[in-house]
Amino acid sequence: MKPVLEIENVFKTYTTGFIPKKKDILKGISFSVGEGEIFGYLGPNGAGKTTTLKSVLGLIFPDRGRIELLGRPHLDPRAKERLGFLPENPYFYDYLTAREFLDFYGQLFGLAKSERDRRIARLLALVGMDRVSGLPLRKFSRGMLQRVGLAQALINDPAFVILDEPLGGLDPLGRKEVRDVILGLRREGKTVLFTSHILQDIEMICDRVAIIVGGRILSQGRLSELISEKVLFTEVTVSGLEPGELAAFGESLTAREGRVLLKVVGEDRVEDVLTLVQKKRGRIHSLIPRTQTLEDLFVDMVKPQ
Amino acid sequence: MTFTTIAVIARNTFKEAVRDRILYLLLFFAAVSILFARVLALLTVGDRVKIIKDVGLASISLFGALMAILIGTGLVYKEIEKRTIFTLLSKPLRRPDFLLGKFFGLVLTLAVMLLAMSVIFLALVFLHTGTIEWAMLLAILYIFLELVLITAVAVLFSCFSTPILSSLFALSFYLIGHFSWSLETFIKKARPGAVKVLLQVLYAVLPDLENFNLKTEVVHALPLSAPHLLHAAAYGIVYTAFVLVLAVLIFRRRDFV
Repeated sequence: MKPVLEIENVFKTYTTGFIPKKKDILKGISFSVGEGEIFGYLGPNGAGKTTTLKSVLGLIFPDRGRIELLGRPHLDPRAKERLGFLPENPYFYDYLTAREFLDFYGQLFGLAKSERDRRIARLLALVGMDRVSGLPLRKFSRGMLQRVGLAQALINDPAFVILDEPLGGLDPLGRKEVRDVILGLRREGKTVLFTSHILQDIEMICDRVAIIVGGRILSQGRLSELISEKVLFTEVTVSGLEPGELAAFGESLTAREGRVLLKVVGEDRVEDVLTLVQKKRGRIHSLIPRTQTLEDLFVDMVKPQ
Repeated sequence: MTFTTIAVIARNTFKEAVRDRILYLLLFFAAVSILFARVLALLTVGDRVKIIKDVGLASISLFGALMAILIGTGLVYKEIEKRTIFTLLSKPLRRPDFLLGKFFGLVLTLAVMLLAMSVIFLALVFLHTGTIEWAMLLAILYIFLELVLITAVAVLFSCFSTPILSSLFALSFYLIGHFSWSLETFIKKARPGAVKVLLQVLYAVLPDLENFNLKTEVVHALPLSAPHLLHAAAYGIVYTAFVLVLAVLIFRRRDFV
């Protein structure tokens, strides 16, 4: 797979305050994003996600390191011709209407008027904003701005799209729609890099992830490689038995309205519980094996820091 | 591509500025001020038309400068503060092009506003003299050159400072620029020595915006020498270019945190 983005050993220090104080934000970041994949970039707040993206986009200048974008040095405007970007909490010119706003960005790519009109109509429909295209952006809600922002990132039909928290500020339905747009981009052969702190979203659609904590990449790779498929424990909901009778099999998480939620570790134990319930004529309401989630992995990594 | 992108940014900046209410507020007060000249003329003994011309041109100059400063100082800063610059610079757009686009957009706005004020002013003069006095336009053209320079200064400060501070800096530039000519008199009177040299250096560095002031000559129909006009125009263009280069140098290497 040809890398669309290659980041090698990037360092960045900010100097802040009246009495200048140095703060290391990126401490040697390296990763690459391959063509056609959806890449998730995870990290807690302040880990350096946005700083990494800003370095790639040329909004800040790293102290050291190499960044290559679409096969060119990242500051080359030609590389940016095939790039789309949606910032976190996007703010746009609120005096423009959605249509004028997209038209403005289309002009920056030197697109002809007819081509711009065609693309704007398609994109507004794609993000579900075609009915409010004549409204000034100052009347838009955060979720609506997010959608128009996504349309803006796609105006030049980019080969590579960078999205900073694209699912923030959206309701569950909106999140699903944006996820579908991202999956649609992959089907079109585009590459997507996005950051998120909503781990389920990343788990659902990413091919590969990198986890950044405290300015360092702690882990990266395919999701299946990072998360083990092994069953960690099983959650069993039982009724018709006293909590005391079940205590020997595992930790009782909740006991309400005669139902006990039991956390059972080990498959043999699960069978023991089932046998006991059968014997005492109780009922099993649910039995859910829990495997490791991205969240578990993430929490494990962030904790020691 | 560079020229086109500058034009695209300039057009958008123009759109932004003309949709800003502060512009119309200033235009309204400018109109009131120009028309107030008529009231002043009534109270004056002597040539009333001269008073109207004098106060009218001074109003155009002052309100034009206020427009340049109040809108100019916010232009770049707002883009950084509201983070609209993030998406903008992720497009194939060079930073100098962005800055120049902002500058030319504001210059275009000021040209339109100056035109509006000139129409009101010339109409008022016409009501008194019965002729359209085209000579007034020469004074207004040089006011425009001054505004272009002030815009460049406002944009320069806007690259690294907040709008309030930038406004203060730009306003100081405007005031210093209009009083620095008195240094010239001072230099003439100073005895040769360190003080005189210091004053000369100061005079060379500080802007002299009185270069663009043709009000007295135009109002009193005094002769204007071509070398003086050329010198003033060249002074404005060179000074503006210098300030813009400085702004680009600062803007090109800054981090947008």
